[in-house]
Amino acid sequence: MDVIKPAPGFEDILPLEYQELVADGPYGRSLGVKDLGTFKELIEDHPLCAGCNLTLSFRLLLASLPKPEDTLIVTTAGCFGVIHPQIALHASIAPFGTQNAFASGLTRAMRIRFPEKQKDVITIGGDGSFADIGMAPTTHSWFRGEKFASFMLDNECYANTGGQASGMTPEGVVLNMAPKGKSFDKIPFVEIAKLAGCAYVATASPTKPRQVESMVRRAILVAREVGPTFVRLACVCATNYKLTPIEAHRKSKELVSQTDEYMTEAAREYLESLEGAA
Amino acid sequence: MGDTVTAGSPPRAPDPRYRVVAGPEGYLSPAAAAMGIELPDEGYSLVEGESISDSLAPDIIAERLLEARNPTLFPGPLVLWGWSDASIRKARALQELVAEVPGMKMIPMPDYRPKYPKIDPAIEINPNHPNLTIWHNEIDVCVFAGVHCHFANIALKIIRSGTDCYTIALCGERGHEDAMVTMRDAGDVKVASITAAVRRLKAGGHDA
Repeated sequence: MDVIKPAPGFEDILPLEYQELVADGPYGRSLGVKDLGTFKELIEDHPLCAGCNLTLSFRLLLASLPKPEDTLIVTTAGCFGVIHPQIALHASIAPFGTQNAFASGLTRAMRIRFPEKQKDVITIGGDGSFADIGMAPTTHSWFRGEKFASFMLDNECYANTGGQASGMTPEGVVLNMAPKGKSFDKIPFVEIAKLAGCAYVATASPTKPRQVESMVRRAILVAREVGPTFVRLACVCATNYKLTPIEAHRKSKELVSQTDEYMTEAAREYLESLEGAA
Repeated sequence: MGDTVTAGSPPRAPDPRYRVVAGPEGYLSPAAAAMGIELPDEGYSLVEGESISDSLAPDIIAERLLEARNPTLFPGPLVLWGWSDASIRKARALQELVAEVPGMKMIPMPDYRPKYPKIDPAIEINPNHPNLTIWHNEIDVCVFAGVHCHFANIALKIIRSGTDCYTIALCGERGHEDAMVTMRDAGDVKVASITAAVRRLKAGGHDA
C-alpha cells in the first residue's frame, strides 16, 4: 500500500516514533483491539495524563476502525485534540463544537471525489463538543441524516481547561471550577441521539475492549449505508475527579453497567446481512 | 502622550528605521509586519526587511552560512515527508546544501504539537519553544524550510525575541518578514542557487 513516507534522505533525522508510525502503522492490515501493542496507532510520548481513560478509549477506537487507511477523523478542541496529530491516521481538527458540521461537508465531498471507494468519515469529540457548545451542529447533522459516525469521549467535565462542569457532568459533582457542585442533571444525550434520527446508538466503557470494538465497527458500518450513528464512550476524568487511574477505570466500568445498544430496524437488517455473511 | 493612539486616529505610518535584525529584541517583540515590513514581490527577497532582487539573495545567505559557527537547517513537515515530487526535490536540494556547508547540521520540526513539559532540543525543535533548541545547541544561524507559514511566523518571532540567532526562511509561498533573510517561492531551484553560491564562495577562499 502506498502511504506518505519521509522524504528520501530525511528518514534518519525524524524522531524514532515517527519512523515507527510509518513502519508499524495500521494501514492495510486487518487489525483489532486484540492486536494492540503489536502495531503503532499512537505514539507513546503523547502529553495526556498518566492513567487517562479517555486516552484508552481513543486507542481502542483507533484499533477498532474497519478500514483505517480509508478513514478520515474529524476532531475538535479537547484533551484528545493534542494527541490527534500523533496518530498514524488522517485527522483534521474543526473549530470547537463544529466537528459534525465539518464532517457533513467532508462526507459529501468524499462521496463525490471517490464514488467507487468507501471513505469512512468519523467525528471524535468530548462531551462539551457534542452536548454543550456543539449541540446544534451535532443534532442538525443527525436531523439531516448525514451518514457518518460520531464518537463522544465522555469524561464528564471540561478537563483540559481546569475542570469546569459540562452538561454531561452528573448533578452534584464538585469540580475545581464548580465548587458548589453541578446544579442540574446530566443531559440525556444518548436519548437525544435516538430522537434526532441516529440509526445506531450505543454506550460503551473502555473497560470492555471487545464491546467497544464491536460498537465502533457497527457504528461505522451502519453509517456507510443506513444513516447517522452515535457512540458514547464513558471515560471519567481521573485528574479532575481526583481519582487514581484504577479508581477512574472502575468508575468508567460502573457507568456502563450493562450493554446499551439501540438500532433502527433498517440498521438491524443491514447488520444482520453483513454479520450473517461474514 | 503625543503617541497615544485613540479610536479614529489615522493608522500609524511604518517606521522607516525598523530593521529585522538578530535579537534578542525583548519578551514581546513586535511582528515585523506591524512595523511596516512587507512581504517581497515576485522575483524579490527580503534582507533585514529590505527588498532586494532574488539574484542577490543566494550570495548573502551563502556568506551567512559559511561565516556561522553553528549553522543549522530546521526542516519542517512540508519537506520532511514526501508529499509530492516537488517536495522530494526540495528535500534533496536542502540535503545538498547542508552537505556543502562545513559543519551544518539538521534538527527537524516534524510537527507543531505542544510537547510540555519535556522536549529534547537536541533531537527536534519545538515551534512553541524554538529558543530552547537554539540555546541548547548554541545555533547562531538557522534556516527554516518546509515549515507551515503560520507556525514559521510565530517561531521566527520567538527566536528574534529571545535569542541572537540569525534567521533565514526559505519559503515555498510568499516569504516571512519576521526572518532576517527570506526568499519566496523557494523550491529546489532556488535552494540549489544557494548551494551554488556556497560553492562559488568556497572556491574563492571564503570559509568558516
